[in-house]
Amino acid sequence: MNDVAQPILEVSKLSKHFGAVQALNDFSMAIRPGEVVALAGDNGAGKTTLIKAISGVYPPTSGEIRLKGAPVSFSTPQEARDQGIETIYQDLALADNLSIGANIFLGREPMTRKFGFLPVLDRKKMADAARDTMALLDFHVSRLDAPVSNFSGGQRQAVAIGRAVYWDAQILIMDEPTAALGVPEQRKVISLIHQLKAQGRGVIFISHNLQDIFAVSDRIIVLRRGVTAGERKISETTHDEVVKLMVGG
Amino acid sequence: MTTTPTDGTPVASNGRPQADHADLAKTLVQRIADLRAWLFLAALIIGFEAWARSSFGGTFIFNPFNLQSIAIFAVAPLLLATGQTFVIISGGIDLSLGFIMGLAAVVAAHVINYATPGMGAPTAILLGFLVAILVAGIPGFINGLLVSRLRVPPFIGTLGMFGVARGVAFLLAGGTTVPVHNPLFATIGNGRFIGVPYIVWITAVFVLVMHYLLSQTRFGQHNYAIGANPQAARRAGIDIKSHLLRLYIMSACCAGLAGVLYSARFNAGAAQAGEPLLLDSVAAVVIGGASLFGGSGTILGTVAGAFVIAVIQYGLVFVNVEPFWQFISVGVVIIISVLIDQAQRRFSGGRIDE
Repeated sequence: MNDVAQPILEVSKLSKHFGAVQALNDFSMAIRPGEVVALAGDNGAGKTTLIKAISGVYPPTSGEIRLKGAPVSFSTPQEARDQGIETIYQDLALADNLSIGANIFLGREPMTRKFGFLPVLDRKKMADAARDTMALLDFHVSRLDAPVSNFSGGQRQAVAIGRAVYWDAQILIMDEPTAALGVPEQRKVISLIHQLKAQGRGVIFISHNLQDIFAVSDRIIVLRRGVTAGERKISETTHDEVVKLMVGG
Repeated sequence: MTTTPTDGTPVASNGRPQADHADLAKTLVQRIADLRAWLFLAALIIGFEAWARSSFGGTFIFNPFNLQSIAIFAVAPLLLATGQTFVIISGGIDLSLGFIMGLAAVVAAHVINYATPGMGAPTAILLGFLVAILVAGIPGFINGLLVSRLRVPPFIGTLGMFGVARGVAFLLAGGTTVPVHNPLFATIGNGRFIGVPYIVWITAVFVLVMHYLLSQTRFGQHNYAIGANPQAARRAGIDIKSHLLRLYIMSACCAGLAGVLYSARFNAGAAQAGEPLLLDSVAAVVIGGASLFGGSGTILGTVAGAFVIAVIQYGLVFVNVEPFWQFISVGVVIIISVLIDQAQRRFSGGRIDE
C-alpha cells in the first residue's frame, strides 16, 4: 500500500501490566489509510490486551497512542468511538430484537416531531440510513423493519460493520470476525473487509485463521508473550513462517 | 446466545435482495402470535356472549353496565401491569408493586384527611395525589439502586421491597383501613363523564402516555435494547444504571397511581389494596405477549392481557360460576400464551432458550 501516507493510528512503546504480569511490553505499530493489519498470536499473547488498550477499555501502563498524529488517551470505549475507533466484538454487540436501523443508531437515536410538537423516534431516518449503509457494504435487505435476529451470522456481522461505517469509524478493530461463521459467510465478511479497505479506512484484524489473514491483510504482526515476535508484509511471507513466529520456533 | 441457523443462503454480492428468513408464512404466524392476547379476548367475549344467551337469554357484551364493570375491574391490574411491562421488557421483574400500591392508597387517604379541613377539598386531593405518588417513588428508587448499583437480582431486590412496603403500609394504616372524609374524592372515584367512569378516563390517558413512552422515545428504545442484550446497550453508550433507576421509580409510580385511584373508588386507603393484583399484573404482561426473558412486549398487548383477565373474572361471576374457576382459567390462559410464544420462536427460527 501507500507507505508514505500519514498513519491514521500509531501506537508506540505501549505497555500494560496487571500487577506483576506484563501482558503487553513496548509494543509499537502503525496503520495507514486503507491498510489491513492482522494481529496474530497464541492465546495469552497480548492481542486482547492491545485492542482493549487502544479502544479505551482500560488505560495502558505506559506508551502513547496517536490518532492522525495527535496524541490521544481514552478513558472509556465511548470516547474512542467518538474519535473514530470502533471495535467489533466477536459477540457482535447487537440488540437482537431491534431493526438494523435501530441498531445502527442505538444510544444516539434521531428524533423528529409529530403533529409539530410531540418528539418521536425518527424511524424513517433510521430505516433510510440502514438501507444506504448496508447498500454501501453491498448487502441488500428486503425488510428493514425486521429484527436482526431474523438474519444469519454473516449478515449480522455486516450490520455491526455497517454501524461502524455509518458513524464514520476510521479504524475498525475486528476481533475474530469470521469465527462461528459458515464458509460462505466467512467469504462475505472477507469481502466486507476489502470494501472497508477500499473506502480508505484502517482495519485491525484479529484472527486465528491464517487462511483469512492471508486473504485480506497487508501486513501481519505476530505477538508472543506480550512482545512483537515479528512483523511481515503478507506478500513477503508464508504460512510456515508465521506459524514459526507464533510458536517461537 | 444462539444465532439463527445458517441455511446456506447464497451470499452473492450481485445486488440481489437476500432472503432474510422473513417469508410470508412465518410473518403470518408471527402476526398471529403477536395478536394472541386480542384473539383470546375476542374468543372469551364470544364465549361468554354465547353462554349468556343460551343459559338465560341475556347479553354479556352489549350491556353497558357489564362493559363499565369490566373496565373498572381492569383499572388497577392494568396500571400495575403498565409499569411491569417496562420492567419485564428490560429483563427484570417488580414484585413490590402490589404493596407499593397499598402504601400509596394509605398515604393518599391520610394526606387528604389531614389537608381537607385547612385547604379545601380540591387542593387536598391534588396534594394527596402528589404525596402518594412521591412516596410510592421511594421504594421504587430503592429497588432501582439495588438492581442497578448493587447488582441485586430484580427478583430478590423487589421481593425484599415487597416486605418493606407491606410492613410500612400496614403500620401507617394502623393495621386497618383508613376511611377518607372528602366527598369530592369519592366523586372522582365513582363519578362518570359521558358514561365512562373518571378512573377509567384517567387510566386510559395514562396508559396512552406510557405507550408513547415505550414505543416512540429513546427511553423505550433503550429499554428494549437492555432487555435483549445489556452488553450491546452498554457498548452503545447507554447509561444502564441510570436507566434502570428511572425504570424502577417509574414502575413504582404506576403502582402509586393505582393506589390513589383505589382509595378514590372505595373512599378508603387499605394496605392490602394491591395484594392480589401483583400476579395479575405479571399475568397481563405475559398474556400480552412479553417474554419474561426480556426484550419483547408492548403496552397495547398488556392492555389486551389485562382485559383478558378482567373479562374472565367478571364473566365467570356474570354467568354464575363458582369464583374459584377464575384462578384456573387465568392460569390456563397464561400457560397457553407462553406455549404459543415458544412455538412461534421455534417456528421462526429465533432463540428459544436463553
